[in-house]
Amino acid sequence: MPELLRIRDLNAWYGESHVLHGVDMAVNEGEVVTLLGRNGAGRTTTLKSILGLVDKRRGSIQLDGSEVINRPTHRIARQGLLGYCPEERGIFSRLNVDENLNLPPRLSRHGMPVEEIYAMFPNLAERRRSLGTQLSGGEQQMLAMARILRTGARLLLLDEITEGLAPVIVKTLGETIQQIKQRGLTIVLVEQNFHFAAPLADRHYIMEHGRVAEVVEAADVEAKEAHIKRLLSV
Amino acid sequence: MHLNVILAQTMLGLSAGVFYAMLSLGLAIIFGLLNVINFAHGALYMLGAFVALIGYSYIGPWLGYDDFHLGFWWALIVAPVVVGCFGMLIERFMLRRLYQFDHIYGLLLTFGIALILQGLMSRYFNVSGTAYGGQPDSLSGIVNLGFMYFPTYRLFAIVVSIIVCVVTWFVIERTSLGAVLRAGVENPRLVEAFGINVPRLITLTFGFGVGLAALAGVLAAPIYSVSPLMGANLIITVFAVVVIGGMGSIGGAIVTGLALGLVQGLTQALYPPASETVIFFIMVIVLLIRPAGLFGKDTAS
Repeated sequence: MPELLRIRDLNAWYGESHVLHGVDMAVNEGEVVTLLGRNGAGRTTTLKSILGLVDKRRGSIQLDGSEVINRPTHRIARQGLLGYCPEERGIFSRLNVDENLNLPPRLSRHGMPVEEIYAMFPNLAERRRSLGTQLSGGEQQMLAMARILRTGARLLLLDEITEGLAPVIVKTLGETIQQIKQRGLTIVLVEQNFHFAAPLADRHYIMEHGRVAEVVEAADVEAKEAHIKRLLSV
Repeated sequence: MHLNVILAQTMLGLSAGVFYAMLSLGLAIIFGLLNVINFAHGALYMLGAFVALIGYSYIGPWLGYDDFHLGFWWALIVAPVVVGCFGMLIERFMLRRLYQFDHIYGLLLTFGIALILQGLMSRYFNVSGTAYGGQPDSLSGIVNLGFMYFPTYRLFAIVVSIIVCVVTWFVIERTSLGAVLRAGVENPRLVEAFGINVPRLITLTFGFGVGLAALAGVLAAPIYSVSPLMGANLIITVFAVVVIGGMGSIGGAIVTGLALGLVQGLTQALYPPASETVIFFIMVIVLLIRPAGLFGKDTAS
């Protein structure tokens, strides 16, 4: 499998505050990897740095073999065929469901047709004319996922998609991720919920203090479970 | 008071209101995406009128073709394009450097640009105004509206302005192009993360807002005399309109502009001494009751 994303010695800043201190990670095409860790460990910042949404960054970020660290955000997204789902979900309140869904431009020919997406998320189909703010948290999360599936993105960057959602919706999201994975998409998942992430991922990057503290392959998760939980506990 | 007098003043109010509406619409569009209060808006409106004037009376002799006149219909297209491009240069090479700082710097820059433009034009043109001679014959004369005789050209200006406002509102609120703009107002970083070139969107938006001001300037040229200070006088009222309507609401800017023109027109009929101040009086009342403006969202933080 070709390497889709390679990060080397990534440092990132918000204003004066130095948040990432040399992150290294790699993701091959078709893999699901997670970024685990406590709040403030730098997981969200790592995702944002890939897209250039931090104030300053140094090091190397390669998408499909080409260096993007000095590129503007919109070019990174287009070149890397990235689909970003931010932590706050980023549903636009002045746009209805249809407009939210159709906002991101198509990046490749491999996007899901809108009708197929509505078949996958029937709740959204019923609410096509509702404004973004009138949706429940679960519906907003579904829409944020649906939106990037339409674009034909190849590498999905998903930030805390299960946060604050009911268990039944979390279960649906898990099934959605499985379906997406079967379609051959690559996923970087920032997660707090280890039980959600463990069965989905091929590899876990456990972050601490703005670095990757440990890399755990899916096969080793059971053996190292106690150790992982100690790293993640507050 | 006779109904016909009220209707007549309504028409006169409307003919001022459409200029308020077009200018405050441009200001609202620019403020929404750039967070900049464009103090140069009045000067760019003036520049639009001057493009029409220069095109009609001066450019021919300057180039040695005494018979050449850029007609009014051409000016309606050429002035917004020329001034819009000028605006895009201002955005690209000056304003863009200031987004990282406090909004007040954008305001100061545009205020400075307004002073420079007014100063330059005052250097070469009569401050007390020059008549625009390019009004087409087809729009001269008066029409009978049933309750009054109204200048054909003023009726034309009202209709064109309202069409432009409604089309702009429709494009922003009801089309996919407008959806990108609305999303950009709300969360520009995320829109850019989807692969949309937001810096270019900002440049084009500024150019469009400024182009609207220039179009208003061309429409104003046959009505008012073209003077370097015509924008400075108007923009103070327009800022009051924007404060009353609330920043950032597209429909609100149009409705408030038209409504305040009407209020001004009716005041002219009912109590003429107050017609110059009534808008500012309303502004004070609105600020006391709804500090965010009639259509503004309260985002006090």
